[in-house]
Amino acid sequence: MLKFVTDLKNFKSDFLIYIKMKVGLFIPCYINQLYPQVGIATLELLEKLGVEVIYPTGQTCCGQPLGNSGYEDDSKGICQLFVENFKEFDYIVGPSGSCVYHVKKHFDILEQTEDVKRVRKNTYELCQFIHDVLGKTDLGASFPHKVGLHKSCHGLRGLRLGSCSERMDPHYSTEEDLLKNVKGLQLQTLNRVDECCGFGGTFSVFEEAISTKMGKDRIQDHIDSDVEVITGADHSCLMHMEGLINRNKQPLKVMHIAEILNSSI
Amino acid sequence: MAHADEAAIFNKDEAKVDWHDKALWFVRQKRDKSAHNVQGWEELRNLASALKANVLSNLDTYLLQFEENAKKNGVTVHWAANAEEHNKIVHSILVKHGVKRMVKSKSMLTEECHLNPYLEANNIEVIDTDLGERIVQLAKEPPSHIVLPAIHKKKEEVDVLFQEHLGTKPCDGDPQYLTGEARKHLRDKFLKAEAAITGVNFAIADTGGFVVCTNEGNADMGVHLAKVHIACMGMEKLIPQEKHLGVFLRLLGRSATGQPITTYSSHFNKPAPGKEMHIVIVDNGRTEQLSREDFRASLHCIRCGACMNTCPIYRRSGGHSYKSTIPGPIGSILSPGLDLKKHSSLPFASTLCGSCSDVCPVKINIHEQLYKWRQIIVKEVPQPGVKKNILKIAGRVLANSAMYHVAGKSARFMLKYAPRFVIYSKLNAWGKARDLPEVKNGNFDDWYKNRKKNE
Repeated sequence: MLKFVTDLKNFKSDFLIYIKMKVGLFIPCYINQLYPQVGIATLELLEKLGVEVIYPTGQTCCGQPLGNSGYEDDSKGICQLFVENFKEFDYIVGPSGSCVYHVKKHFDILEQTEDVKRVRKNTYELCQFIHDVLGKTDLGASFPHKVGLHKSCHGLRGLRLGSCSERMDPHYSTEEDLLKNVKGLQLQTLNRVDECCGFGGTFSVFEEAISTKMGKDRIQDHIDSDVEVITGADHSCLMHMEGLINRNKQPLKVMHIAEILNSSI
Repeated sequence: MAHADEAAIFNKDEAKVDWHDKALWFVRQKRDKSAHNVQGWEELRNLASALKANVLSNLDTYLLQFEENAKKNGVTVHWAANAEEHNKIVHSILVKHGVKRMVKSKSMLTEECHLNPYLEANNIEVIDTDLGERIVQLAKEPPSHIVLPAIHKKKEEVDVLFQEHLGTKPCDGDPQYLTGEARKHLRDKFLKAEAAITGVNFAIADTGGFVVCTNEGNADMGVHLAKVHIACMGMEKLIPQEKHLGVFLRLLGRSATGQPITTYSSHFNKPAPGKEMHIVIVDNGRTEQLSREDFRASLHCIRCGACMNTCPIYRRSGGHSYKSTIPGPIGSILSPGLDLKKHSSLPFASTLCGSCSDVCPVKINIHEQLYKWRQIIVKEVPQPGVKKNILKIAGRVLANSAMYHVAGKSARFMLKYAPRFVIYSKLNAWGKARDLPEVKNGNFDDWYKNRKKNE
């Protein structure tokens, strides 16, 4: 029975590759400009899994910074450009839960043409795409470190990448499933499993005091849980925590989950 | 002052912030454990949400049905369009009975209407009998939480407050001694009160009765001793039938404090012989909120406070930082409906993490409503020029890939080569406590182009 299931899974992924799905790589603006290594890891990882990936070079941003600040109406041009760049793809995959969530949830401000509807439906967060669409969890990676998983809110409560501590649903986690198969990786248990880190886009600047306090507390939870590397599926949260870690010279690192899943140390 | 400024002041005492955060997180954890023990918790939330949606869609019918049944029971029903009318109605009932002293159990509605100062100005003594409410009343402060009104005060602070007002002995904040003294003090007030005010947790359209939930029994004590009972309720407090309490009472106590049920769930149906019972049904902006499709569901709220306990911002900024009767996430979607300009910073006091919506027993989409309020506020309330211009320009730049590439390059160049004192100037709120990301030699676009070239 088990063998049959494995065979079926292999068949499923092979079949998908066979029909040559067209995958567009969505690299959010801040990752493009500040964290190219996350984009590179994402692309390499997808290629390693046999997916043919195209990166439309005209892409910019999903419009989230404007929408979350109340300027949704001024972001329509950005959203429209996103749709133009990605409308030809079967799947659109990006390494950032909150940007993907923004496309899926808030592109309702555009006229709902067939293109817009398809783009919203086919946009996936990287882990979700690997786990749910490709049906793979063991990616052959190795990373011999103690890792803490920061479950970013928009991925968790927006895209439902995992069960949320507030809800009484059975436990599941897309990112945990992938990390548990990484050789040598020790996934540490945190005291607060899905507390927000306090980034929140422009919140990080306009509510500076609370934002940094939340970040400090989130980092402390990882330190208390003996974590060496904080990872997650949303690099904006990691950028915020990295800023605090570097300023306070704390003994831990941040790495995007794509970098870990793509590593073979 | 905006929420951010209030929060910054609260955060000057980091030890207190940590204490406040942990106290409320403890309540959230109690709630989690207790909800885990209920099979079908999520189904119960669905039911509660659907029942409230039904009530709000048929509010006119249910309100009239409730009035008719309450009248049949011998209760006098009053209608108040706003806070002022509410206060006048309550005052007129008290004047009719020559009441000079009265007790009040917890009611966020009377806080919303500022009933206490109104009655005190008319020479009527109002004593809040919920212990937490009494503490903040003595301290001349508003409640900082709707279920735990004095959660911002440490027991040592209560010790000092009681010494001043109740003449207690210094006790190092001994809770048993302090509650014992509060009990004696309140007992006297109960005995002398000529009228009692309570809130209403659930009003039942089908029977005309209503339910008041407390943990201290103070509502019952007040009502049973006084000649006159005045129950003040927001018009959204209705439920269709008594059996629906089976849904709401199971959710309320667990969501609020993790108790399976509040210690007292007191059912009031009609006045005792020789006594009077009044119900004041208050609108005060609720009809208007009902008319706003995107914000209608905010009226589902059963005032459990779970969204406050779970909110990482509320826990670290305290209830007073919201400067509104109902603080926290639910307050941040209700208050802008009452006064958009005054409360315009509240929908921004959130990372939109969504924890409030998932914890809410009646499934209010709080974080989505926060997002919606933001869109309205930037149009209707003047915004700081810098914020507005930066975002409007960003809207144009990011809609054009050529402009975006130039902007990205320049920003990276600035970050890499500008002197530290320029980058970490006072204008850079990010850099106050955080380092900026280290800039690499190229961006992803450059890397990708290079790779293509070498293929």
